[in-house]
Order: sequence, then C-alpha cells, then structure tokens
Amino acid sequence: MSLVEPNKTTGLPLDLPVEELIVVPRRRYGIWIGIAVAMLFAFFIGRAFATNPAFDWGTAANYLFHPSIMRGLGKTLLLTVVIMAAAIVIGTIIAIMRVSPSAVLQTFASAYVWFFRGVPALIQLIFWFNLSLLFRTATLSIPGFGTVFSVNTNDFMTPFVSAVVALSLCEAGYLAEIIRAGIKSVPHGQFEAASGLGMSYRQILRRIILPQAMRFIVPPTGNEAISLLKMTSLVTFIAVDDLFYTAQSIYARTFETIPLLIVVAFWYLFVVTVMSIGQHFLERYYGRSDRRQENPVIRLLQSLLGSRKGRAQP
Amino acid sequence: MTSQAETRARFGVPPDAMVFARSVRKSYGSVEVLKGIDLTVPKGSVACIIGPSGSGKSTFLRCINHLEQLTGGVLLVDGEFVGYDLRDGKLYEVKDSLLCKRRADIGMVFQSFNLFSHMTVMENLIEAPTRVRGVPVAEAKASAEVLLARVGLSDKASRYPRELSGGQQQRVAIARALAMNPKVLLFDEPTSALDPELVGEVLQVMRDLAESGMTMVVVTHEIGFAREVGDDLIFMDEGVIIERGAPREVIANPKSARTREFLSRVL
Ligand SMILES: Nc1ncnc2c1ncn2[C@@H]1O[C@H](COP(=O)(O)OP(=O)(O)OP(=O)(O)O)[C@@H](O)[C@H]1O
Ligand SMILES: [Mg+2]
Repeated sequence: MSLVEPNKTTGLPLDLPVEELIVVPRRRYGIWIGIAVAMLFAFFIGRAFATNPAFDWGTAANYLFHPSIMRGLGKTLLLTVVIMAAAIVIGTIIAIMRVSPSAVLQTFASAYVWFFRGVPALIQLIFWFNLSLLFRTATLSIPGFGTVFSVNTNDFMTPFVSAVVALSLCEAGYLAEIIRAGIKSVPHGQFEAASGLGMSYRQILRRIILPQAMRFIVPPTGNEAISLLKMTSLVTFIAVDDLFYTAQSIYARTFETIPLLIVVAFWYLFVVTVMSIGQHFLERYYGRSDRRQENPVIRLLQSLLGSRKGRAQP
Repeated sequence: MTSQAETRARFGVPPDAMVFARSVRKSYGSVEVLKGIDLTVPKGSVACIIGPSGSGKSTFLRCINHLEQLTGGVLLVDGEFVGYDLRDGKLYEVKDSLLCKRRADIGMVFQSFNLFSHMTVMENLIEAPTRVRGVPVAEAKASAEVLLARVGLSDKASRYPRELSGGQQQRVAIARALAMNPKVLLFDEPTSALDPELVGEVLQVMRDLAESGMTMVVVTHEIGFAREVGDDLIFMDEGVIIERGAPREVIANPKSARTREFLSRVL
C-alpha cells in the first residue's frame, strides 16, 4: 500500500520528483544528419591530405625547424610585437584626443583614423618604403642655428623600419577606435566621482577610466594582434625577410611550394593559438571585478574556438 | 591681502559660513536652470534641500564643488571660491592642481553610488587619499578600516562593489568621501536608488555624521530625515528657493502654496 495516491491517468504517484523519472530526449534527426555529413567531409578531406603525394608531409616536417624558417619566424614575431606596442601607444593617444574637450584635437584624431583606416595597409607600406622618392633627405634645421643633422632618407628607411612605421600607423587607427569605444563604455558617474574626490584628469584616465575600459578593449585588441600577426606577411612585398618571405625564397629555389606553405601555415596557427591563450588570461585579469564562478577549462576552450560572444571580427 | 581675506571682506561672508551662495545662476545654453540662489550653510549644520524633479537641486550641488561652472553670482566654500582666486578685484581661474586640491575638501555622495567598479572596497577608500593627498598606503588603510567600522562594513573590505547591496554600496561611498576628511559633504538623493528596506541603514549613517558635527548639504525626498536631522529645510522650484526655515516649521505650516502642494505629494 502506497501513501501517495496514484494519478488516475498515468498511474504514477503524484509527487514523484522529475529527476527520478526517466527522461527520453527529443530525437534531433537534423543534428544526426549534420554530424554524418560533416564526418564524411572530414574523412574525404583528411584522406586527400594524407594520401596526395603533392602535400609531401615528409618535406614539410624537414623544413619545420629549418634555421632560415626559424629566423623568419623570429622576424615575424619581432615585427608583430614592435608594431603592436607602437600601435597601442599611438592608438591610446589618438583615442584620448578623440574624447578630449578640445574640438581641434578631436578633429585631428578623427582625420587620423579616417586616413589610416581608409587606405589599404599594403599601399601605406609601399608608400613608406618609397618615401625617398618624396624626400631625398631628412633635415632638421633650426632657424638662426643652422642644420643640426641631415640624413639620406634611404639610409634610415630600411625595409624593416618602413614596415614598422607603416603598419604601426595603420594599426593605431584601428586600436584608437577600439580604445575610444572602451573609454565611452565607462559610465560618466565614474569620472564625476573621481573628480569630486580631487583626482586630476590624468589620474582619472589612468587609474579609473582606462582600467575599466580594458574589459572592453582587451577582447577586440586580441583579435587585432592576431590579424596583425598575419598582416605582417605583407612585408614580403618590400623584401623584409619574415616567415613568409623566407619560405618563398626557399621554394623559389626548390619548387617545394606546398610543403613550405604548410610549414608557414603551421607556424602562424601555432602562434595564434599561443596568443589566444594569453588573451584569455588578460581578459580574466581585467574582468576580475565581475567574475562569476565559471569553469576555467571551458572558458579557455571557448576562447580558443572563438565562440565567445562579443568577439566581432575586424 | 590674501585671496581668502579679500574674498570674505568683499562679500561680507559670515565667519561661520561653510557654504555661501549669492545670486547663483547657471544656464545650459539658453535654458536658465538656477535663477539666483542665495543660501548660507553654517559650519556644523545640516541643510536639506527638497523640491520637484528638474528644479535644479543637483545642478546647485554640482556648482558647489565646481563640477559645473556658474554663469553668475558668487559661491564660496569656507570663504573661498573653488575654481577661482580673487585678486585685485578680478577672478582668476585656478590651475587644475589647485582646483583638485580644493575639490578634495568637498565630499560628494551620488544617487547612483559611483563606486569604482574595478576596485575592491578598500581600494576605493584609499585611492584618493594616497593619490591626491599622498598619504602612505599603510596609514590610508588604517583610517579606511576605522571608517568601514563606522559605516558597519568592516567585513567587506576585500569585496568588489557589485558584490554588495545598494545600501552597502552607498555606505561605502559615504566612507570613501569621508576618507578625504572633507570640510563639507554634499549628498544628491543618496537613498533614491535604494529599496525601501535599505534606506534606513544609509540614513542612520548620515544621522551619525550629522551628530558628529559634519557640515552637510543633503538633497533628499526623505522628509522624515529632513525634519529630524536638518537644521534648515530649503524648498526649491524652477531654479529659485521658494521657502526656507526650520524643518518642523516649514513642514507644519508651509507659507507658500507651491511648498504646500509639494509637501502634500511627498508626505
Ligand atoms: N548637462 C546639462 N545640459 C542641459 N541641461 C541640463 C544639464 N543638466 C541638467 N539640465 C537641466 O537642468 C534642469 C535641472 O536639473 P537638475 O538635475 O538640477 O534637477 P533636480 O532638481 O536635481 O531634479 P531631480 O530631482 O530629477 O534629480 C533640468 O531641467 C535638466 O534638464
Ligand atoms: Mg537631481
């Protein structure tokens, strides 16, 4: 005899908790078909890669740690780091000008963003490389004092310097917009509270506004860094010996085009993966004041797979 | 003659006046929001300002600590202009560093708390003392702990603002303002954003402050608080002061019809 009166229609006890019942999931045929198709594709693609002799995996493996490739990779990383650092500094200055109360500074900053974001990076790159066509020499002279120094443009506008200047200025245009949006996202009350406490404009920016803006700035900046890493391959056009240029000069000799492209792709993917992990930890750091208890492994995976919300591609 | 002495003599500022406003005007473009405010808040007293929405109460408070610039009149805190120096009959705008220094003496508590959301409670409290006044961190922390005890939040020092209730956040905001040892505290509707059951704890902290002799200018809709704690009650409407007096007196027999009408709505 049961204490619980059975339900007339189902014959089950009335207060049987749901978790004790067997739950039969809804059949999701669409998903199963999708999975089958995807696996089929994966199989064919994998087989094509594995069995097609043109891929020549053995050659690719031999070149993976080739000294020239390593030097090229080093150059690519160096370019990325230097350009990103310069672009962050310039971008922050431009962004602060854009939110400043001065109309002149605002206009200047807007014009900067308009120009450097609007002209394709490759054109800017080649332009800076050919600066000597515009100015043969760079001269600093002070009226009444004479010439302080004068150098041949070609002497200091080496391909490497041209690449750094061109891509920093271009990247700064994008970063300025990201940083400005971040600054704007901080509620105005924060500024007022800090002013009311007697903090100066500089202190407020540095201690109150920018740290809070970082939460909005870091994710898209991570994307920028990743796309910059790939964008540096443009320097091949002005003969900077980066990863891609090095690979090109090898396969121009040996005709092992596909294996070397595989090596290049591998290294770009590898660096991007490492950068994504770094970005994840940066995001965690700047989001520490509103962190919910989340599984860090899941978050890491999500950020690697790029499936997080609010991560627009540039 | 020092700027302060010249100022006091010139405008006839009573020696005990903490806030001294004469014909204060403020316009945004062509809209005049404050149309000549005269008000003296003596040291150690509590002035409560009431009035309908849009009457210019917040604007007046923001003028006191120079978050807004006046378009006319004179506003002195402790016998000094906040944003200017009077020399030889001319008002010179002061350097930013001096403006910051003077603002640091005027505490402000906002309706929306405005705690620095990326800092813990303790960091919120020591930020301005260490950065603006150059107090050593250890010393600032020690005083912050005393202040937190005073507002009943000793156990929350390492929490972030979003982990606190509204009432707790507002008490931290009060402690943060107190950490600068201000001469005067301005409150802009400090309890309006709070759930009714949290209003009491914030008012209690303010009541204790008033008892300790802090000069306070409080914009509020809490008529009960104004009656018990206020030394003066000021009713503002459309940018002018309509009526002022001892709170009990104003609340019991308002002289102006507009005051009567406003009180009948909020009481
Ligand atoms: N920055 C500004 N620019 C233009 N107008 C403003 C600005 N700030 C306030 N005002 C106007 O000034 C008037 C007074 O505003 P204020 O905030 O001082 O009113 P209040 O008495 O505090 O009202 P409430 O009780 O709603 O807070 C309002 O009509 C408002 O629209
Ligand atoms: Mg207001």
